[in-house]
Amino acid sequence: MIPSEPGSVGTVETQYFTFAEPPNELALECGRKLGPITLAYETYGSLNADKSNAILIIHALTGDAHVAGIDPTDETHKPWWDTMVGPGKAFDTDRYFVVCSNCIGGCKGSTGPSSINPTTGKPYALDFPMLTIADMVRAQKELIRHLGIEQLLCVVGGSMGGMQVLQWAVSYPEMVRLAIPIATTGRLSPQAIAFDAVGRHAIMGDPNWNHGNYYGTPGPTHGLAIARQIGHITYLSDRSMHQKFGRDLQDKCEPDYDFVTEFKVESYLSYRGESFVTRFDANSYLYITKAMDYFDLAQPSGDLRKELAAAKAAFLVISFSSDWLFPSYMSKEIVSALRRNNLDVSYAEIQSDYGHDAFLLEVDTLTRLITNFLEYAVPRDSERVEGAPDD
Amino acid sequence: MPSREIPSVSKVPPMTKRTKANDELRPEFNYIVDLVTPGASVLDLGCGEGQLMKALQTRKRARVQGIELSDTAVQACVEKGLFVYHGDLDEGLADFNDGSMDFVILTSTIQVLQRPDLLILEAARVGRKCIISVPNFGFWRVRFQLMFEGVMPKTSRLPYEWYDTPNIHLTTISDFRRFCREHNLRILHETDLVIGEHTCKHVLALPNMFADYGIFVLERE
Repeated sequence: MIPSEPGSVGTVETQYFTFAEPPNELALECGRKLGPITLAYETYGSLNADKSNAILIIHALTGDAHVAGIDPTDETHKPWWDTMVGPGKAFDTDRYFVVCSNCIGGCKGSTGPSSINPTTGKPYALDFPMLTIADMVRAQKELIRHLGIEQLLCVVGGSMGGMQVLQWAVSYPEMVRLAIPIATTGRLSPQAIAFDAVGRHAIMGDPNWNHGNYYGTPGPTHGLAIARQIGHITYLSDRSMHQKFGRDLQDKCEPDYDFVTEFKVESYLSYRGESFVTRFDANSYLYITKAMDYFDLAQPSGDLRKELAAAKAAFLVISFSSDWLFPSYMSKEIVSALRRNNLDVSYAEIQSDYGHDAFLLEVDTLTRLITNFLEYAVPRDSERVEGAPDD
Repeated sequence: MPSREIPSVSKVPPMTKRTKANDELRPEFNYIVDLVTPGASVLDLGCGEGQLMKALQTRKRARVQGIELSDTAVQACVEKGLFVYHGDLDEGLADFNDGSMDFVILTSTIQVLQRPDLLILEAARVGRKCIISVPNFGFWRVRFQLMFEGVMPKTSRLPYEWYDTPNIHLTTISDFRRFCREHNLRILHETDLVIGEHTCKHVLALPNMFADYGIFVLERE
């Protein structure tokens, strides 16, 4: 890797790991099996000798493995958290070995509905099995083991990535020392399910969706664009929309009194929708939103505390004051459950106007919190050994 | 459209607890550190920037956690490697079981609460012991200002004007003792001090008159 500028990890090559070859397919929560599975992933920094400095970063709904740096194969491929990952940044690649992988079900190099089904030679489309957040984590665990890592120093992610952080802490408690779930929830709210459902209806109502069999054609671009627009509205806040767009008209001073794009906010959403369809697969959007809908860490007992009892990590839980998709009370529920399990947990609500998107934007505050949490929040066992003597 | 929550009375910082970016331990906190047994579990309510928690962690190897309302103070705690919950003390301690902490500490905090009585009883429920410190409104300088100058008292412990003070439930040492008696809280230990800038002096005679600060160790009867 050649650093291009201070603070950048430089060029990064996406790597691929294939596992779960038949007959050893991965058993999924829905009862079906999936294999072979390929995970696209990127790594930054170096794994130290005792393999104790690995950090897994998990992306949100439409993210991918390219969390930082420059993709030499595609300059337009923007890293999604470059402000947080690199030399001297919160996830300091001079100190930590950072891993990020595209989730299964995705369309950025990992096995998903647009991948070729080896039994038919055609894309899976709707033959792809239904996934859950736990399935995504199960696949990630295989990658981490493949990289020779027994225990992760930290697992971190925002939004859907945060759900996976919680799932990691419960599914593989011995493998997670520190957990940082950001702007997330222990169970998707009916409101969030509703927005997901409307997005899916837009895709599935597009005649070009063709029951998922659209590969080789333009596909349901209109429906996917609408789904993305709905999503974007939920990522902003009332205040951030006032600040960003106000009631400004787009490229004009007087309204046209017509069903054309009048307002700046309309134009923004259209642009977001149109650019999204060139980089995302509609069936992936269906599968991944569905996986989020199924996410309820409080099940089967209905008691989040009980279901989190297996976790052993120390936690830093972060929410944002203006996030109405995953409001602070959801993070407080997680914190409450963790505290009642007598785990070490810090909770910070960051004052921000950016809404749910704040987890990508409030870089300074996140950096301050995370840098120090990684530095000091070593599990108490080791602290006891190293601690200062008694008075 | 307000960008920030409108501060309620309980949402303002406590008295004089947080000194600007000053990690030095306030002199009266040394007395509190001495009261905590080594290796104890400690919950610090209104922990500020975590100076006391840090001292308890390093000097007593205590297992500490705090609750704090100010977001900058919460960040300062995380920066010290402390575990802290960003929340309002007036919401109570529902997450904590009876007797689940060795010590629950309230330093110079109760006077800013909406209902200090409820939180003290909560603290006594959760902590096997409670350490509560209060600025003494019976201190002679306070009495003197009210009696001879006829003005609302201002002292180094109570530096605010009447109109901007967060201290809405002030007490005297005598009042606090009476509160404990009436609520079945046993005072195991009491330290009465006059606090200077760098040192504290013990007050042995007539503390309600001559101490400006009282530190009480309580347990439920």
